[in-house]
Amino acid sequence: MKTHPAKRVEITIEEIMETRLTTALLKADVTGFTVLPVKGGSGRSGHWTRAGQVGRAGGMVSVVCIVRPDRLDTLLEAAFAVVEPHIGVVSVTDCEVLRAERF
Amino acid sequence: MDLIDLAIGNLTSPIILSFALGLFAALARSDLSVPEAVAKGMSIYLLFAIGFKGGVAVNEAGFSATLVGALVAGGVLSAALPFVAYLMLRAMTKLSALDAAAVAAHYGSISIVTFVAGTSVLDSAGLAYDGWMVAVAAVMEAPAILSALWLVARSGAGRSVDGDLWREILLNGSIVLLIGSFVIGWITGTDGLTRIASFIVSPFQGVLCLFLLDMGLVAGRGLRNSRDVLRPGLLAFGILMPLIGAMAGGVAGVALGLGTGSTMLFMVLGASASYIAVPAAMRVALPEANPSIYLTMSLGVTFPFNLTLGLAIYLSVARLITGG
Repeated sequence: MKTHPAKRVEITIEEIMETRLTTALLKADVTGFTVLPVKGGSGRSGHWTRAGQVGRAGGMVSVVCIVRPDRLDTLLEAAFAVVEPHIGVVSVTDCEVLRAERF
Repeated sequence: MDLIDLAIGNLTSPIILSFALGLFAALARSDLSVPEAVAKGMSIYLLFAIGFKGGVAVNEAGFSATLVGALVAGGVLSAALPFVAYLMLRAMTKLSALDAAAVAAHYGSISIVTFVAGTSVLDSAGLAYDGWMVAVAAVMEAPAILSALWLVARSGAGRSVDGDLWREILLNGSIVLLIGSFVIGWITGTDGLTRIASFIVSPFQGVLCLFLLDMGLVAGRGLRNSRDVLRPGLLAFGILMPLIGAMAGGVAGVALGLGTGSTMLFMVLGASASYIAVPAAMRVALPEANPSIYLTMSLGVTFPFNLTLGLAIYLSVARLITGG
């Protein structure tokens, strides 16, 4: 089956910043993304878990976008303006997609 | 009933023992946990129930100059306490101006669960309180955040308050739910309460126990993971500041001529520290501030202190200063 090269960008960011990030992505014409909940983890700020939490301050979400390689810089510039001072991780990986016209 | 009897009665109540169970389970590394969705559901239930019942009380008693005075005093108290907290933190600890301002914001705002636990203590003691104190609690959520941001802006740090941040501060879920359910209770009155009493009155104490079990778990996990943060100066602040806040609340209660119950609740509001609304606002407005400091302080130190010893102290003092 024919596949096409694409870039998969995963942004793990504080839950409180989710709307700001997705709004920035939409403004940059990145209209396709998936928001996933994150149960817990460990990093520079120590170990954490969402179990039993009622506030949004201690939580993280993962925003996953798959874009054409030529759209990568636009996406990263839009995302970085939002996430730069905040706790989180931004990673980019190569991937293959089946229906290129959708990205 | 003297202070020791009150403290013992409070410490052996189901809600405090539930909190202690959660704290013990977390510190002992038990796998006991409350799912996030369940905890949020209980939080929504408690906010709705207490807001609704407060609204019904206003429907019965009507608006008064005392209510307006209490709302104004609550707003002023919330705005002023962060300045006291900030000065104390700078004097007692080595926190940076940014971290000190972020922690200070938590101590001007309030913990609605501590407030609910305070009403529970009053119910057990057979003391009445004004139902509209819940509206004072809602008013006290936000001003402290603005004071802290002003403190940070003075030092040239922090970021400007944009529209999204204003929405975060003034329309966060707990404020909207508390005020919204208060208005519903105020409009529908006793008739409305009668219709849903089996849902919001009878199960209330049981849900509160489970919620405090969860709070104990969260506080215990926070303490376990942030032991390095808790220096002696910070620990002392976490216990001293609620006593100062309570004193300020007590002065406001007496100045307004409130009864013993409402004065005690004013003290509880002054003493409690936020762990839901303010941390979220701080993460947006002051992302460089260390969240493990302010979350550990409000939830791991001040919340347990208020729950176990503070409430009994505040009730004793309220009785003393109001002659109740």
